[in-house]
Amino acid sequence: MPIAAALLSVAGLAGVAVVAPILVARRAAWATSIVYGASFVLAAVLLVCGLSALLGGSAYQGAVHLPIGLPWIGAHFVLDPLSAAFLVIVDFGAMIASFYAIGYGAHEEEPGRVLPFYPAFLAGMNLVVLSADAFGFLVAWEFMSLSSWALVMAHHHDAENRRAGYVYLLMASFGTLMLLLAFGLMAGPDGDYVFSTIRTAAHVPWLSGLVLVLMLLGAGSKAGLVPLHVWLPLAHPAAPSHVSALMSGVMTKVAVYAFIRVVFDLVGEPAWWWAVTVLTLGAGSAVLGVLHAVLQRDLKRLLAYSTVENVGIVFIGLGLGLAFKTNDMAGAAALAVTASIFHAFNHSLFKSLLFFGAGNVLTGSGERDIEKLGGLVHRMPETAYLFLGGCLAISALPPLNGFVSEWLILQAILLSPDLPQWALRFLVPASGAMLALAAALAAACFVRAFGITFLSRPRSPAAETAHEASRWQIRAMYALMALCLVAGVFPGPFLDALSPVSQLLVGGAMPKQPILPHFSIIPISESRSSYSGFLVFFFILMASWAAIRVIHNFASRAVRRAPPWDCGFPDPSPATQYTADSFAQPIRRVFGPIAFRAKIDQTMPLPGDMAPARLTLSLRDLVWEFIYAPLEGAVLYAAERLNVLQFLTIRSYLSLVFAALVLLLVLVATWA
Amino acid sequence: MERFSLDAAHLLAGGMVLVSFMMLYQNRILGLLNVFAAHAVVLSLSVAWQAYVQAAPHLFVTAAIALLLKAITIPVALHHMVLRLGVHRDIETVGGIGPTMLMGMGLVALSMVVMLPAAAEADPIAREDLALALSVILLGLLMMVTRQNAISQIVGFMSLENGLVLAATGARGMPLVVEISVAFSVLVAFIVIGVFLFRIRERFDTIDTQALDDFREGRE
Repeated sequence: MPIAAALLSVAGLAGVAVVAPILVARRAAWATSIVYGASFVLAAVLLVCGLSALLGGSAYQGAVHLPIGLPWIGAHFVLDPLSAAFLVIVDFGAMIASFYAIGYGAHEEEPGRVLPFYPAFLAGMNLVVLSADAFGFLVAWEFMSLSSWALVMAHHHDAENRRAGYVYLLMASFGTLMLLLAFGLMAGPDGDYVFSTIRTAAHVPWLSGLVLVLMLLGAGSKAGLVPLHVWLPLAHPAAPSHVSALMSGVMTKVAVYAFIRVVFDLVGEPAWWWAVTVLTLGAGSAVLGVLHAVLQRDLKRLLAYSTVENVGIVFIGLGLGLAFKTNDMAGAAALAVTASIFHAFNHSLFKSLLFFGAGNVLTGSGERDIEKLGGLVHRMPETAYLFLGGCLAISALPPLNGFVSEWLILQAILLSPDLPQWALRFLVPASGAMLALAAALAAACFVRAFGITFLSRPRSPAAETAHEASRWQIRAMYALMALCLVAGVFPGPFLDALSPVSQLLVGGAMPKQPILPHFSIIPISESRSSYSGFLVFFFILMASWAAIRVIHNFASRAVRRAPPWDCGFPDPSPATQYTADSFAQPIRRVFGPIAFRAKIDQTMPLPGDMAPARLTLSLRDLVWEFIYAPLEGAVLYAAERLNVLQFLTIRSYLSLVFAALVLLLVLVATWA
Repeated sequence: MERFSLDAAHLLAGGMVLVSFMMLYQNRILGLLNVFAAHAVVLSLSVAWQAYVQAAPHLFVTAAIALLLKAITIPVALHHMVLRLGVHRDIETVGGIGPTMLMGMGLVALSMVVMLPAAAEADPIAREDLALALSVILLGLLMMVTRQNAISQIVGFMSLENGLVLAATGARGMPLVVEISVAFSVLVAFIVIGVFLFRIRERFDTIDTQALDDFREGRE
């Protein structure tokens, strides 16, 4: 029974978390390998559980009721296609991250601050996916948040990390509060918190709408939807790199799972305005996330912003799913939902790959600032090529997996003319345009990230003396790269595996993907569109091979004298190269004035004046300025006003208590 | 007999409400202490009657404790304290007897409105007793709020506790009594601690807040 094995493995992870501090106290050298090795094995077991439940059909699925937790609820767990799919996403990422961390963890200065929380974090994420009652779900959710917070605070000596931890803690508590309210609304006055009864209960439409809003706030803040994303680019880079990979690649997916579970599965029939809300937020996140990413200098922060973008893409897919589901277009809804879960899976692959690459750069050179890197392709060749692969995948270039899922989402967008609501007919193509824009900007962003970091000449001594990462780290990246390629070249089996999920969520499934004609996939029907990653891959291989042959056979072998122009590098100083800022400048010129209120101040000294000329650029984060700063002000104002309450006399306090009591009694009397 | 026992219980509980009003009215401290002693006597009578009606001997113990402690020991002790502090001639400036009495009446009405439907399924003794006990509690609180003298506040608080005991004994059956009394003891302890803390803080007002302010700025 996979669910029993899964729960036992989760208990095992919790056990590892308990044992870890003892190991750290005894002998530090082994502790890292033991903890990550055990996490690797347990995550592998969980992955097998998830795969068997997803592929094996209902025989391998199931539900368990354990008599722990609240006495009148107990603890319900379920392994249905949806939780199985996300169990696979979570535990594949967890498995590879644990493997990577066997090598990466050796660089950890204070392993005692990471090792106990890492397995606890994995256990928390798995429990969220497995639990089937609101109480267990929220406890697991909070457990996940707090253990990841502890990991963010692992390097707490840095003031910036402490601030990141603080913001994260605030946002996480806010998110959990929203989820709590959402589940409270769904449970209704009878207070039945088990998912199976929530699912069958009758839901009042406007209350369901409120649940959607609360879920967007609660799960959206964890996933990183745009007005709520502020903690993400702070907290994700602050953690150790394998944890950053997990937080960006996997934990955001757990939040997506929570959203899907509630909005598609539990809360009943959607209304069409739900799709409008979700699409708008998704499209906004996609574009704003990638715009921020283009301008970042910190490699890990760049990746974190790109997570915001990809979560936005996933939510565009989910919004489309809602739009089609509410209009009873099961096939189209299945396409959108499948595409967006597939994109979630793909993103977990390439985002982990990229974070691992950033981790290698960090361990190899000690730098995260790409303006101080460069030329790493010579010193860390394997990392460089694997990172390049990740960049290709995340930029949605065929034949890799990022292209497949984004293409499928665009295919779903092309079905929008069949929608009856005018608002959706206008909005869906608009969000498609935003998606295309985000994809293009993502490509620019990763050309910049790869080019500045790995190409050209080193910009600092740290980059000059960088060294390649350990074998564990490289092998973990190879595994991810291979899977990115497989999922891109043979996407059919992946889509077939997700069909029970879409059956559960929208009551329909994509057509069964035929294996034969060039491994192509068919979103709706063969006459309409199809894509074969295999053919593209094959042609790329053939074309490269042919080009290499042609160059080798027919290129001129004549000796050439060195020209006076010197290949564009007459000056050996690395400062003459393209910098990250200069590469991003055209994009900043175009979008900066709108998205960031960018302002450039030039001060040119008068002729004869010896003062230096200055060019200052100021970018403003409008989300901070217009949402969080007023909020902060309001909280401070209220706190200031309430502060008076600290200095009253005893009689005033008693009067307050008395007045409150009488007021409550009056309320009881009038209501009863 | 059934009818008579009910009437007697109501009479005694109603008597407590009446004595509470007398306390509200009384603005001399020594007089107040005497009325408080009378309050406790009525309470012990009421508890004893409940013990007799319910055939629950342990309630006689409660009644005896009420009589000894609240009707004799505490009033006498307070009496001595008042004399030693030399405040026995003080007349409290209460914010108008008339409005206070009117508020008290409103509170009694409120507690009737709240408790009678809420405890509709309980047996009649418990039901009316709970309503009257709530009135006594609210009147005690009102007393604590309207008086400025510490001793009147303590008396108000004690009368509030009398109301709690009345409510506890009215509920038939030991387990409920235990439950209610435990819950109320916690409440009582909380209020006592709170009162003393607040008193002390009020006494050292300037020093305390200054220290607090310094502390806060040190944190910033």
